[in-house]
Amino acid sequence: MSAPASEPATALRAEGVRLGYDGRTVIDGLTLDLPAGRVTAIVGPNACGKSTLLKGMARLLPLEAGRVLLGGRDVAAMPRRELARLLGVLPQSSIAPDGVRVAELVARGRYPHQGWFGRRSSTDDAVVARALESTGVADLAERPVAELSGGQRQRVWIAMVLAQQTDVVLLDEPTTYLDVAHQVDLLDLLATQNEERGTTVVMVLHELNLAARYADHLVVMARGSVVAEGAPGDVLTEDAVRGAFGLEARVVPDPISGTPLVVPVGRTRRQS
Amino acid sequence: MATTILVARLRTTRRRRTSLVLGVVLLAVVALATLALTLGAAGVSPGRALAAVVGAGSPTDVFVVQRLRLPRVLAALLAGTAFALAGALFQSTLRNPLASPDILGVSTGASLGAVWALLGLGASGVVVAAWAFGGALAAAAAIWLLAWRRGLHSIRFVLVGVGVSYVCGALLSWLLARAEVREAQTALLWTIGSVADVRDTPLAVLAIGVGVLAVVAAAISRTQRALSLGDDHAAALGVRVDRARVAALLVAVGLVAVATSAAGPVAFVALVSPAIARRLLDDGGADLAVSAAIGALLVLAADVLGQHALPGMTVPAGVVTGLVGAPYLLWLLSGRSDRRSSPQ
Repeated sequence: MSAPASEPATALRAEGVRLGYDGRTVIDGLTLDLPAGRVTAIVGPNACGKSTLLKGMARLLPLEAGRVLLGGRDVAAMPRRELARLLGVLPQSSIAPDGVRVAELVARGRYPHQGWFGRRSSTDDAVVARALESTGVADLAERPVAELSGGQRQRVWIAMVLAQQTDVVLLDEPTTYLDVAHQVDLLDLLATQNEERGTTVVMVLHELNLAARYADHLVVMARGSVVAEGAPGDVLTEDAVRGAFGLEARVVPDPISGTPLVVPVGRTRRQS
Repeated sequence: MATTILVARLRTTRRRRTSLVLGVVLLAVVALATLALTLGAAGVSPGRALAAVVGAGSPTDVFVVQRLRLPRVLAALLAGTAFALAGALFQSTLRNPLASPDILGVSTGASLGAVWALLGLGASGVVVAAWAFGGALAAAAAIWLLAWRRGLHSIRFVLVGVGVSYVCGALLSWLLARAEVREAQTALLWTIGSVADVRDTPLAVLAIGVGVLAVVAAAISRTQRALSLGDDHAAALGVRVDRARVAALLVAVGLVAVATSAAGPVAFVALVSPAIARRLLDDGGADLAVSAAIGALLVLAADVLGQHALPGMTVPAGVVTGLVGAPYLLWLLSGRSDRRSSPQ
């Protein structure tokens, strides 16, 4: 899918949302548009509310105020099952039930598409197979999920979300606990999914440089608010890093992608 | 294309395995039930026993089989089904293989209710059963109220359940310690679990209750499978998590209440049956039908063993399941900790 030059349509919009836990407000009055058919990365320091925002947009956490619109429709008013056919979510911590096998776990992504008795059809098989193939875990189909490595397991969970066949996919820190090679691998997988199927990908990420490289649209959050958003090249400046993270850093062009590369200054270990 | 064929093959293999396991267990149930009808002081051959079930044969055979042995077999099968289904629902809903009505105090609540009716109120018969039913519901309600905090959280539910179990156990001991020896002996039976004297109205109530609740359990089993992925994942797949969990736990508590009010708390069946089902199926799920069949088989086997294994001595089914179940629990605990300490 080639990106149109004009302003892309909005896939998901948060409008004046307030979110929190047990009476403690984390986000108040936040408004944010996420472009359709693009990869968006949300970055920010710990406890800035980025995961909370993602949960709120996915309806995993009730909104205390405001609303979330998916393709212009109020998410809160949709039946849950219908929402699950339009919006896929990979929450942060995923623990597979003991003994469950890869193909079986991925097939659970078909849940919102199945009827009352939930018999899997041959269509379901084809969708599950495609999800296994596009995440590169087809040859693991018969293995118990618990026996896989962290990187493989995360691919399997993403395959489950892809089996939901939604146009929008939200992922909460999908690369956490993965080594750098598997992080790149996973982000390539999501970028490919976006390019080949036009899936709108929204992910919370910790690693600024990978976020800058893989995102079309970068959202920087701090203290429960959006402090900057736009193309990574425009957004990820030395001032923005200082403002959001309180970190003194140089920003240089990434030698591979040309996107911003954040190099922290730090207090010690400088070249004399 | 090759992957689609692989996925389809895995799906049919899994379904065949479930059917095979279910078939074998049900076959064992039928064989053991037939055996149970023939064993006892009045020797009845298998052929005569089966004829007597439908009312054919000598009046003695018909009396022994229909009045004495068949109700006991049916009670064992129904109670086993109920406990196993309840255990499977508890475990998948709370995502904890240790969550079962015996450990969470629901069964102890039933015992407490029955013993209170016997010793405190001097009641007997159906009234005691009704108090057992009420005790199970009250224990479940107590756990619920204490564990509820803007939603039902699995770990808190389990911990509060263990606490409620101790409270019920303490009250139970106190009631028994205060009672006359002879009364206490009758009451003790309600803390053990036995299918020896379940017939007529209690048996009919048990059959109807288990039948109705089993149908509801089957209807919600698909949601249960989604719920076993965790709250956020289940919600992301379109499940209304709180509602689904409340429904499952209500059905499970209903099953325990119905079964304990008829047969008392038959120990460990609820804990062990789904675990055995999971092991036999080896696909990460405890299919409800397979769990139920295993529960039925276990209670029947325990009752047959208790009646006939030791010459000149009968042991209630609940004692046999306890003797077998406790070592299993230890084994489960040690196995779990091994797996947890392995690198993730």
